[in-house]
Order: sequence, then C-alpha cells, then structure tokens
Amino acid sequence: MWKWLNSYADPERSYKLAGTLLPWFVCLAIALIGVGTTWGLLFAPMDYQQGDSFRIIYIHVPAASMSMAAYMGMATASFIGIVWQIKAADWAAASIAPIGAVITFIALFTGAAWGKPMWGTWWVWDARLTSELVLLFLYLGVIALYASFEDKVLAARAAGILAIVGVVNIPIIKYSVDWWSSLHQPATIKITEKSTMTGDMLYPLIINIFGFGMMIGAITLVRFRAEVLARNGMRPWVRALATQEVSK
Amino acid sequence: MNPRRKKRLTLAVALIAGVAAVASLLLYALNSNLNLFYTPYEIVNGKNDTGVKPEIGQRIRVGGMVTMGSMKRDPNSLHVEFAVHDSAGGEITVTYDDLLPDLFREGQGIVAQGVLVESGKLEASEVLAKHDENYMPPEVAEAMGQKHEKLDYPEQKSTEGYQY
Repeated sequence: MWKWLNSYADPERSYKLAGTLLPWFVCLAIALIGVGTTWGLLFAPMDYQQGDSFRIIYIHVPAASMSMAAYMGMATASFIGIVWQIKAADWAAASIAPIGAVITFIALFTGAAWGKPMWGTWWVWDARLTSELVLLFLYLGVIALYASFEDKVLAARAAGILAIVGVVNIPIIKYSVDWWSSLHQPATIKITEKSTMTGDMLYPLIINIFGFGMMIGAITLVRFRAEVLARNGMRPWVRALATQEVSK
Repeated sequence: MNPRRKKRLTLAVALIAGVAAVASLLLYALNSNLNLFYTPYEIVNGKNDTGVKPEIGQRIRVGGMVTMGSMKRDPNSLHVEFAVHDSAGGEITVTYDDLLPDLFREGQGIVAQGVLVESGKLEASEVLAKHDENYMPPEVAEAMGQKHEKLDYPEQKSTEGYQY
C-alpha cells in the first residue's frame, strides 16, 4: 500500500495520473453544478420569509464550505510535503492556494450581497465573518510566501508551515456561530440531526456542494499539471512531451 | 520510518498542537468579548460570567427577539419603539429613527446597535435583522403555523397633486 502510494511521488507518474483523472472531475463538476444550480435557481420553492433572495445560498454555502475543505486539502498536502519531503505534495498545495482564495472571496462576496437586503448591512465584525476573512488572508499569505522565494523547495517549506499553522482557523470558522453570539445564522445542513431545511430546497444545495468540490478538484488538477511541468522543465520526459506536442 | 522523517513528523505535530493550544487559550480568555451583542438579560442583570453591566451612555449592541405586540410607530415620522426580549427573561426597549430592514417583524431576531440612554432603554443607530437557520417554502411554514406576516404599515394619506 505504502509502496504503491509512494510511486506517485514521482512527478511523471503523478502528472499522468492527474491527466487521467481530469476529464472525470470536469464532467462531474459540469453535470453536478448544472443540475444543482438549475434546480436551485429555477425549480426550488422560495423561502417563506426571504422570498427569492434566499437562492444565493446555492452559491454561497457551497463556496464557503469548499473554501474550508480546500484549505484542509492544502494543509494536508503541505503536511505530507514537509514530513515526507515529497515535492509533488508541495506542488499540489501550491496549486490549491489560489483556487481556495478565489472561492473564499466568492463566499464573502455573495454573503455580503445577501446581507445587505436581509440583515441591513454589508458587513459586520462578528465571529463567523471575521474568521472567514482571516481564511482569505491565510490563503493570500500562502500564495505570497510561495511566490517570494526563487528556490521553490524553500518556498514550499515556508508556505507549508503557514498553511499548517492556519488549520486552527478551520474549527473556529465552523463553530464560531455556536460558541459566540453572532449575526450569522447557525448551520442549516446538519450531519447528525435533521437539517432545518425542507428536502426540495436541500437536495439542489447538496448537489451543488459536491459540484463545487469537483470543480475545485478539476482546477487543482490543471494547475498541478502546469506546476509539475514548470518545476521539471529540464527533465527528459518533459522535453520528450514538449517535442511530441510540437510535432503534432 | 527513518529518523529524519520521524523528527520532522514530531516537529510538525508539535507545531500544530502548540498553535492549537495557544489559540484555544486565547479564545477562552477572550470568550465573552467575542460575542457580537449583549442579550437583554445581560443588560439588566450583568454578563453571566463576569457580572459586568453596560453603563448608561455606553455604545453597545443588543440581540434578541422583538416582543409580539410591542411595536409602536409614530404616524408622522420614522420613529419606532419596540421591546426586545430573550429566553432568559430579560427585556429592554429600543427606539429607532430610520428604515427597518426587510426581515424585521415582531417575533423576529434582531441585533440593534446604539447608545444605552437609561437602564433598559437603547437608542439605536442601526437595526439589523438576524435570520435563523430555518428555510422552508411558504406552504410548509403556513402548515407549521409559522406565518410571518410583514409589518402592516398604516396607509399613508394621499398628498394632493402628487401623482406618479
């Protein structure tokens, strides 16, 4: 098992594996987001209090939950990269960071756009909103650290330490609405008890959450492949690949 | 596992554990200051853990439910007055002179920011509606007896010569 897993530390093999997985992720992402968004925006019933404005939930909640999931993915990759010194894991972490930053921004932006008509304000410094903003800064910090060193091994180590330290923020985001009084409402989708949302509103939301996950996976794979090529430009297999592409 | 990896693993785990410990101690110390608002009960009786009461003239936020039937509207201006209560039994009066948010209803959770003018009375400069985690279609809400009517605004007397 370990030996089999370890063989993917080889850049060429992980590059090829990413290439095989990519179409599956792309197809699933398009299908799930297509179904979830159409269902959510056009066919789900409107909310008894918020009317149609609640539909922003179909973008906001998937973006917010995936911003945390992507961070856990990035931190896990950094952890593997630091402990086992596997460069492919460092490259994976570096390729997740910008996607995570964008998805966090989307969550904050859609939240603000919903907050203005519903709460009456774009922004309030409550625990949930502030910790999600900190998550955005963590992503930006990881991107900046990885970009500021010429030596990418050193860069990945510096960015990786920040990514691992930032993991403490994830439970804070998740439980901020339960631990402290905040303007942001508590979680609607619950794993252990009944969700406080009716099924016909809930299913498209869950489909969209998985769709966003697949989309992040797909973009990560594209960026990971580019990163592998950029770091291995002098290797014979990359050169062979390049000549092959040119002669096509 | 070779010794170098073992060392790095220990260091990484120690780093995570250390940061987690620091963060949890920090949050524990800051605990009550991280709350966005006072509840009405805390304004009347002091905070649960420290017993600190907000002083008259202090700028605070209060969060709670708008008491049913407590809403009083001045017919000539935007001035409104309503009571906010919580499950612990505290209640304070809030006055406000601006437009209320869409979701504002009697029975709805709100967060009001303003100055405590006398004990139990807040002059709000901002009123925010707090939405809860329940989402449902109107038919379901009706069946559950949770019909939330929008506030009735008294009909305005039509001004002469003012036509759209």
